[in-house]
Amino acid sequence: MPATRDLKRAATGALFLLCSLPALAADPIASFTLENGMRVLVQQDRRAPVIVSMVWYRAGSMDEQNGLTGVAHVLEHMMFKGTADTPPGEFSRMVARAGGRDNAFTNRDYTAYFQQLHKSKLPLALRLEADRMRNLVLNAEEFAKEIRVVMEERRLRTDDQPRSLLYETFMASAFKAHPYRTPVIGWMGDLQNMTVDDARQWYERWYTPANATLVVVGDVDAGEVLEEARRWFGPVPVRALPPRKNMTEPVQRAERRTILHAPAELPQILMGWHVPVLRDVESDWESYALWVLSSVLAGNDAARLPRALVREQRVAVSANASYDAVGRGPGLFVLSATVARTQDIARAEEALLAQIRGIAEQGISPGELARTRAQAVAAQVFQRDSMFGRAMQMGALDNAGLPPGSVDVQVRRLQEVTAEQVQAVARRFFSREAMTIAVLEPELAVPAPDRQ
Amino acid sequence: MSRHLSYVLLAWFALCAQPAFAALEIQTWQTPGGARVLFVESRALPILDVSIEFPAGSGRDTPAESGLANLTLRTMRLGSAASAQTPAMTEDEVSLRLADVGAQLSASFDVDRAGYSLRTLSGARERAQALEILTAVVQRPAFAPEVVTREKERVIASLRDANIKPDVIAARAFAPLVFGDHPYALRAAGEVETVAALQPERLARFHRRHYVRGGAVIALIGDVSRDEAQHIAQSLADDLPAGEAASSLPPVQALQQAARRDIEHDSTQAHVLLGAPGIRRSDPDYFALLVGNYILGGGGFNSRLTAEVREKRGLTYSVYSVFSPYAREGAFTIGLQTRKDQAEEALRVVRETLERFVHEGPTQSELAGAQQHIVGGFPLRIDSNRKILGYLAVIGFYRLPLDWLERYPEQVARVTLDQIRDAFQRRVDPQRMATVVVGGAPAASQRTQP
Repeated sequence: MPATRDLKRAATGALFLLCSLPALAADPIASFTLENGMRVLVQQDRRAPVIVSMVWYRAGSMDEQNGLTGVAHVLEHMMFKGTADTPPGEFSRMVARAGGRDNAFTNRDYTAYFQQLHKSKLPLALRLEADRMRNLVLNAEEFAKEIRVVMEERRLRTDDQPRSLLYETFMASAFKAHPYRTPVIGWMGDLQNMTVDDARQWYERWYTPANATLVVVGDVDAGEVLEEARRWFGPVPVRALPPRKNMTEPVQRAERRTILHAPAELPQILMGWHVPVLRDVESDWESYALWVLSSVLAGNDAARLPRALVREQRVAVSANASYDAVGRGPGLFVLSATVARTQDIARAEEALLAQIRGIAEQGISPGELARTRAQAVAAQVFQRDSMFGRAMQMGALDNAGLPPGSVDVQVRRLQEVTAEQVQAVARRFFSREAMTIAVLEPELAVPAPDRQ
Repeated sequence: MSRHLSYVLLAWFALCAQPAFAALEIQTWQTPGGARVLFVESRALPILDVSIEFPAGSGRDTPAESGLANLTLRTMRLGSAASAQTPAMTEDEVSLRLADVGAQLSASFDVDRAGYSLRTLSGARERAQALEILTAVVQRPAFAPEVVTREKERVIASLRDANIKPDVIAARAFAPLVFGDHPYALRAAGEVETVAALQPERLARFHRRHYVRGGAVIALIGDVSRDEAQHIAQSLADDLPAGEAASSLPPVQALQQAARRDIEHDSTQAHVLLGAPGIRRSDPDYFALLVGNYILGGGGFNSRLTAEVREKRGLTYSVYSVFSPYAREGAFTIGLQTRKDQAEEALRVVRETLERFVHEGPTQSELAGAQQHIVGGFPLRIDSNRKILGYLAVIGFYRLPLDWLERYPEQVARVTLDQIRDAFQRRVDPQRMATVVVGGAPAASQRTQP
């Protein structure tokens, strides 16, 4: 057998706990590894005669070196510039003519490419992806045009967006050693200095079967997908991956505060603390408790942050908490607020901190815990309506080194979080000296004619 | 040409043989009070999606009360009065009771339509509690004065924040150039001064006038029976204010001449918009313009605009053209952003591309590609309950034929080169377009460019 086969069924534990809800358990995921090291994940959904096919590379901005920030994303753009067999632009044209849609996305942890197609067109998607995995043509002329497009993208999404600039500043302050400190789009200076050789080296280093996972969701049989995957990706030669350094962010011992002045009307606050992420889906209870904490703070319009800051004290237009437990790098728990007026910034900051303190001192109510559980279960059922969403979830888990079929385990572990555990993480991680705060202070560069 | 057409139709019939198509059976009826209902039973997932919409979009606003429709909709979910069965709820109670059963309630709003959609687990307890809240939100909004005051503050803050952004400045300048004094020219969320003047009693009056039984369109898809759907629709609609939908909106006037506005801005990029009144939902040219626009600028990487402005010249990250069909003619819009000093060059390329397209029409190969894409991709448009719900709401609201979705691929496959060229030449006049450039280089510095 050229591939190992490992068909995972929904965890029985999850079925037991959630048996009051019919048809809740997720569909099984079939997982294989080709001889060249490429992984294949398949989930069947027969509701419509379509598929989504994704190839995930474990190469994102966190794998970049200083001076080359943005190269992961630039290569993503260049992946549409053709191979020996497929002229520039032809990839998307062929997918479109087959009735499909295609695109790609780059993040801190990964670069991923996808096609959505009628189920009969899966071989086309796999053929094209396998072709550009090893035969990409990188020429200087196409690069020179495309790097300009990427600079326009940076201007559009970051340079002219005060909130994006604030986030960029915030991350660069929260992380001192770990490459999460650099923006995925790259610093403008690095983009200006980038060459086609930089893109080529990136491609040669990371675009290899052992660094890739194929994810297919839709009206397919796992066996057929495996057969097609072998046919198209099987011949891609093995290439050794460079060793990866296991980078960690040193413990933060002093509060970090940054004030950004930019043209805006509303101030913005971002506050972050370093926290763990999921590494073991069974035993890492702190991640689940942090997940519940974020939901208790901001999981609905009457949760603690919006109720206190927006509805009662009226110091903010919106207030939020976010925590992503799934990722290759270190975790960050973020509180944010769009502040109503410049003179409310200090009060809003204090109100955000007070909400964490309130939970650290007094814990959460049984009602809050029950609500979080209900929302987590419902959200996981709702997710099943979107094949794209399912493929994203599987790809992201696999990319982070977690079992792609562990969603049921995670929902079960979330149900088991206690109020004491939520209080414990609120006490443990949110010290003043471990806090990073970035504040957008409006500077009105343009007259606002309708200002009263 | 006929060879190509039969190819596309064959592909379409092959797709139609798929069971998922047969399964999309739309049932429709009216409630006793006159609300229109569209329903698809779908048992694969334990989910129910329901939307209820009214002709109460920003097209119902006047310049003096711009923002009224939006503020009404937005405040409806923030507390409700008691009924015979249900006690009054504060805004917090509405939010918490939805969250208690994991349900999601979201507002939808555009120039024509305003309403709410609800997604809930289909289990009896979750469904009953979620629907009880949706019913209270649409039938008995409280419009509590302190809540209205606070929401006005939030809306005004967001308007002020948006008012200095180049894309928003461009859109605000563009709409009056395209729509003149038609209500489609009004900004959806209103203006700072007009929102500031709105009072709770005015919102209640708007609700009584526009959220009426005769105007309601209810769409449902999911894990319930026809009988259950009928019961749900009736209880949603029954206790709405009585009344007929408001009369139709005035017609949109075609542009008499070209117009251009240049607005200075400190951004690194210029934002460029050009366009004119476009098409209605029930437009006879709908499919010809839809297919043609895919080729011009709707088809992403496969469109002429992207090829010319982005791929050949690297001038932009995003350039597009789009028709926005509404009850009356929504805008035909071309948009892009580019480094300030490149704005005129990009605009010139866009104009040349548009003029050539209108003059010559697409090629046979482009038409074949567009039809293959849209027909072949049709299953992707209906591959989730959420997407189907959206189509049900559109079909119900605009009174499209019930087989509109089913016949969509066939209509696309029938479009000819002549129809596209003819439709564009009648409907899009490159010499009479509204143009807005925000943040372009001042004329003096343009001349100094090498």
